Amino acid sequence: MNPDASTIAAGAPIEVDLSPVAEGQDIKVFWRGKPIYISHRTKKQIDEARAVNVASLPDPQADEARVKSGHDQWLVVIGICTHLGCIPIAHEGNYDGFFCPCHGSQYDSSGRIRQGPAPANLPVPPYQFVSDTKIQIG
Amino acid sequence: MSGPSDYQPSNPALQWIERRLPIMGLVHSSFVVYPTPRNLNYWWTFGAILSFMLGMQILTGVILAMHYTPHADLAFKSVELLVRDVNYGWLLRNMHACGASMFFFAVYVHMLRGLYYGSYKEPREVLWILGVIIYLLMMATGFMGYVLPWGQMSFWGATVITNLFSAIPYVGESIVTLLWGGYSVGNPTLNRFFSLHYLLPFLIAGVVVLHVWALHVAGQNNPDGVEPKTEKDTVPFTPHATVKDGFGVACFLLLYAWFIFYMPNYLGDADNYIPANPGVTPPHIVPEWYYLPFYAILRSIPNKLAGVIGMFSAIIILCFLPWLDAAKTKSSKYRPLAKQFFWIFVAVCILLGYLGAQPPEGIYVIAGRVLTFCYFAYFLIVLPLLSRIEKPRPVPNSISDAVLAKTGSRSTPMVSTAIVLALAGALFAGSAGDARAEEGGTRPPGNKWSFAGPFGHYDRGALQRGLKVYKEVCSSCHGLSYVAFRNLAEAGGPGYSVAQATAFASDYKIKDGPNDAGDMFERPGRPADYFPSPFPNEQAARAANGGAAPPDLSLITKARSYGRGFPWFIFDFFTQYQEQGPDYVAAVLQGFEEKVPEGVTIPEGSYYNKYFPGHAIKMPKPLSDGQVTYDDGSPATVAQYAKDVTTFLMWTAEPHMEARKRIGFQVFIFLIIFAGLMYFTKKKVWADSH
Repeated sequence: MNPDASTIAAGAPIEVDLSPVAEGQDIKVFWRGKPIYISHRTKKQIDEARAVNVASLPDPQADEARVKSGHDQWLVVIGICTHLGCIPIAHEGNYDGFFCPCHGSQYDSSGRIRQGPAPANLPVPPYQFVSDTKIQIG
Repeated sequence: MSGPSDYQPSNPALQWIERRLPIMGLVHSSFVVYPTPRNLNYWWTFGAILSFMLGMQILTGVILAMHYTPHADLAFKSVELLVRDVNYGWLLRNMHACGASMFFFAVYVHMLRGLYYGSYKEPREVLWILGVIIYLLMMATGFMGYVLPWGQMSFWGATVITNLFSAIPYVGESIVTLLWGGYSVGNPTLNRFFSLHYLLPFLIAGVVVLHVWALHVAGQNNPDGVEPKTEKDTVPFTPHATVKDGFGVACFLLLYAWFIFYMPNYLGDADNYIPANPGVTPPHIVPEWYYLPFYAILRSIPNKLAGVIGMFSAIIILCFLPWLDAAKTKSSKYRPLAKQFFWIFVAVCILLGYLGAQPPEGIYVIAGRVLTFCYFAYFLIVLPLLSRIEKPRPVPNSISDAVLAKTGSRSTPMVSTAIVLALAGALFAGSAGDARAEEGGTRPPGNKWSFAGPFGHYDRGALQRGLKVYKEVCSSCHGLSYVAFRNLAEAGGPGYSVAQATAFASDYKIKDGPNDAGDMFERPGRPADYFPSPFPNEQAARAANGGAAPPDLSLITKARSYGRGFPWFIFDFFTQYQEQGPDYVAAVLQGFEEKVPEGVTIPEGSYYNKYFPGHAIKMPKPLSDGQVTYDDGSPATVAQYAKDVTTFLMWTAEPHMEARKRIGFQVFIFLIIFAGLMYFTKKKVWADSH
C-alpha cells in the first residue's frame, strides 16, 4: 500500500527559477502534490524573524537554521499546516507570515508556529541553490 | 440461533432440505417463535430500522458503484453524470447520501436507548461491545464514502482526518503515507477508499450477524430491566415484534423520504459541489453532522496528540461501560438520579455537535472544553459514583407485573422537557453571538422562487429567458460544462422541442477530432454535445480574468450557500427552505454598488459587491438595464435578468427537480397509507397482549 513506482518517479526533484519573484512577493509551486511557498522576504520580515527570542517559541528554531546562508531573503517552506494539513494563506495573520484558515494557527515570517493549535513549524523541504536565482527542490 | 429447533416443514421437499441443512428451523426459532419481552416500547424497533438501513445502503451502493469512476480526474464528473443521465440516478444518490445520515441517526437512538435502559449490563456485555465495533466500522465507512464524490469537502475532510494519524509518535508519518499511497491525498487515496468503502459494509453485515446472535443468546433487555421469568412475560417474535417493527420502519421511512425527496442537500455541505482542488482550502472545514461531537472534542484539546487520543477515547470508552456502571438496577426508569444525568448527557452530546460546526474561536473553545469534560465525567465520575450512592426505586417482580401496573411515571416527560428547554435556551444564546457576527456581512434577501416548496416547478418562461441571458452575457466568461444541448428538450426543463434544441446546438462551433490527417477541426454542435467552455483550461481562464478564474455555472446554485444560523436551520427543516444558493446568486448579480462604504477597501481590479464575502469581487457588474432584449414582453431590468438567469442556473444544477418533487408526493401518499395499515394491524395483533 506504499506509493507505487510511478508515484515515486513523479516525486523527483524540480527546479524553480526565482528571478521573476520580486521582494515582498511569494510564489506557490507544487512538489509531490504538496504546495511549497517560496517567499522573497523584505528586510523588515527578516529582521522581525531574527529579533524574536528563539527560546520563547513553541518549536524553537533560529531563522538562520531555516534558510540557506547567503540567501537569507529566500524562505522555502512546505505550505501545509502542521496541525491537520490545511494550506495556510501567505501574508496574513499577526506575524507577517502565514495564517491557517482552518483552525487559526499563525506562523511568522520564518514559517515558525507562533499561535494556535499547530504543534510544529512549517517544515523546510530539502532544497539547494543551483545558482543565485535558481533552486532545486528535492 | 437459540438452540436446536423442533421445527418440521410439512412439505416433503422442504423436509428433505431441512434434514441436510436446518436453515428453516434456524429462521423459525430466531425470528418466529423467538420469545420477546411483551413490554418492549417503540425504542426497540430501531434494531429492525438499522437492519433495514444497512440493506438499503448496500443495495443502493452496489448500483451506484456500477456508474461511478474512482479516479481523481473523473470521480466528480461521474457522480454528476450519474445524477443527470442514469435512470433514477438522482434518486439512488439521494437515497444513499441521505441514507448514511439516517443510518447514523438511527444508530444514535439505538445506542442512547441501550444507555438509558442499561442494555449493556450483565449478561449483555459482549452484545454491547459488538455494537461499539459496528459503530466504529460505520464511522470508517461513512468517512470513506464521503470522500468518493471528490468535492472540496471530500478532499479536505480526507486530508484532515488522515492527518490525525500523523499525531502518533515515531510511526505517524509513515502510517499517513501508507494511507495516502503517495505524498498527499490523491488518486491512489481515492482508489483505496473506494475499495474499502465497498468492503466494510459487508464486514458490518458480518458483525451484525454476531450482534443478533449474541442478542438471541442473552435475550432482549426491556424497559423495566427485569429478565423474563415465565411464559406470561413474553410474546412470540412473529407476528408481535415483526408487525411492530414494520410499523416502526414505515414511520422511519416517512422521515427518510422527507430528506430524499424534499431536502436532499439539507445535511450536506455546499462546498462539496465544488470539485476537489488541492491548492485551495475551504475557509471552514466541517465533517458530516454525525461526527461533529467528536470533532468538537478533538478541537477542544489544545495539544494535537492529546486531541486525537481524546477523540478516539470518547468512542472506545463505550466498550468499558458495562464495568464503569456497576449499578444492579438496569433500567433508568427506576433510577431517579441516573435518569436526570442521562438527559444531561444527551444535551452535552447535542451541544458538542453544535460546537463542532462552529469556528474554533473565543467562547466556542471554552464551551467545547467544558463540555468535553462533562462528556468524559459522565462515564468516569458520574456513572461509577451513582452505582454507589444512588438509591433506586424498587423494580417490579416480573414483566407481566410491570405491564399490569403500568401506572407510568409522570416525571420522565417533565425532566426531559426541562432539559430540552434548557438546551434550546443555550443554543439561542449561542446564536445571538452568531447574529452579531453576521451583521458585518449582508444576508442575501429572500426571493419568491417558482421552484421552492413541495410542489415547486420551474417557470418555463424564466428558464427560456435565463438561457438567453446566459448565452448573451455570462457565457463569455463562464462555462456550463455539465449541461448538454439535448437537456434543453428534456421533461422538466425549458420546454423546447427536439428540433429547437438541435437548431440551438448547431449555432455553436464544437471542437472535434482528430480526423484522418490527425488534426482537430470544428463542426456545428449536435444535441449530444455539451455547452462549450469559454476557456481551454483553468489557467487560461485565470490569466484572462486578472487571476480569478470564473467558476463553471452548472452547479453554482448548489455550490454556494450562506449560514442560516440557529434557530433558522431548524425551521428550514419544516418549511423545506433550501434556496440559499439561488438567493445568494441573485443577490450577487444585483449587489454591485458604485459607492464603496467607508471602512471597506477594494483592491485595484476588483469591484465592490454588497453580498460577496469580503465584498471585493473580480467580476465587473455583469448586467445592466436593457442589455438583453426579451421577446415575451418581460421587463428588461437587472432584477428580472437576475431572477431569470438564477432560475435557469437552478435548473442546470438540478434538472430532475420536478420529477423529484412529483415522485416524492406519490411516495408520501403511499407511505402514509402503508404506515396507517401497519398501525392498525399492529393494534389488532397486540390486542390480547397488553
